[in-house]
Amino acid sequence: MNAIEARDLSKHYRDVAAIDEVSISLEENRVHGLLGRNGAGKTTLMKLLTAQIFASSGSMQVLGEDPVENAGVLSRTCFIQESQKYPDGFRPRDVLRIAQKLYPAWDQGLAADLVADFRLPEKRAIRKLSRGQLSAVGIIIGLASRAPLTFFDEPYLGLDAVARRLFFDRLLADYAEHPRTIVLSTHHIDEVSNLLEHVVLLDQGRVMLDEEADALQGAAIEVSGRLAEVEEFTARSEVLHEARIGALATATILTDGETTAAAARAAGLDVAPVSLQNYIVHRTTAAAPAAAR
Amino acid sequence: MLDESKPLFIAVAEQIEEGILDATYVEDEPVPSTNELAAFLRINPATAGKGLNRLVDAGVLVKRRGVGMFVAPGAVELLRRRRREAFTRTYLVPLLREAARLDIPPHELVQMITKEASR
Repeated sequence: MNAIEARDLSKHYRDVAAIDEVSISLEENRVHGLLGRNGAGKTTLMKLLTAQIFASSGSMQVLGEDPVENAGVLSRTCFIQESQKYPDGFRPRDVLRIAQKLYPAWDQGLAADLVADFRLPEKRAIRKLSRGQLSAVGIIIGLASRAPLTFFDEPYLGLDAVARRLFFDRLLADYAEHPRTIVLSTHHIDEVSNLLEHVVLLDQGRVMLDEEADALQGAAIEVSGRLAEVEEFTARSEVLHEARIGALATATILTDGETTAAAARAAGLDVAPVSLQNYIVHRTTAAAPAAAR
Repeated sequence: MLDESKPLFIAVAEQIEEGILDATYVEDEPVPSTNELAAFLRINPATAGKGLNRLVDAGVLVKRRGVGMFVAPGAVELLRRRRREAFTRTYLVPLLREAARLDIPPHELVQMITKEASR
């Protein structure tokens, strides 16, 4: 079953299409990456799917139903927003107490463990928390809610290296024991790439890429060597990026499966993997209009 | 820790293969579970499972219902045979290419190998 099914979903603000005919299917009980540059429409799409804003056109099914004004769907959906606002005077402890009542599958033991792990000052006013501590509040709710569908929008903001690793490990462990659908939207692609099973890349409100993470891992390689040899080898490939220094060159090319790397090695070129993050940077840069350079 | 030039699940499978070849995992003994592998390698459990299943398909591991994955009898021999077949391509060809760049003729290379092996 698909946890999310969107068909030609659009959201217009006056003459701007923040989300432009997006059609995606996100299979349940997997970890999906929702990636894209700032302003690509990631947050808008998540707000549509959680019925916080209304679509201009198109249709969607979330957990098998239309989420709009549907308490049954929304109580099973947890959306951790980057810029969540809390009422004045609230402390983390108050927020967690409300979350506990809101989510039927809430695990209080896990929440308490996470508060200790993240060293979250439960009794300090929310407005006095650092950006990282604020992110920790969201992460704790997102994990302890155990909602069948959980969205994390930029969960890493302001977190230090220790806390980022903590989030990754706790998410992985809890997901392994309690499989559910997770949608991760983040710029820290390298940090989460080993966790993603499926990737949707948005660019200017449109779906630019909708692929299995496995397929993306070997989708591009970096070949380097003598300029003439690199040029000869890459003549038949789609080149995403090229750099030269003197008589040497490096090119990032799209592959046709595993044979491309072997062929490049046979041609005497050095082959290096291209990380998901670099692949996405190249893809989104290559797509930018030439006039913008 | 994992070879990043290939899809993760293949890197997982290869790491288990290494473990079988160096006797970290012995025939008829269990290999780590999907979740143990996922936590240790810090990857998605589905990816770890895919790597293990690849080895089941290749006859290197056997699944025992409700118990887990075990190293198949004869797995070491099977892996050795496959690795020998790939040895020329993965080791000899690059070695000869680098030797040619450095003007080391094949007979000198043989001497170097013999000398190094007897150390």
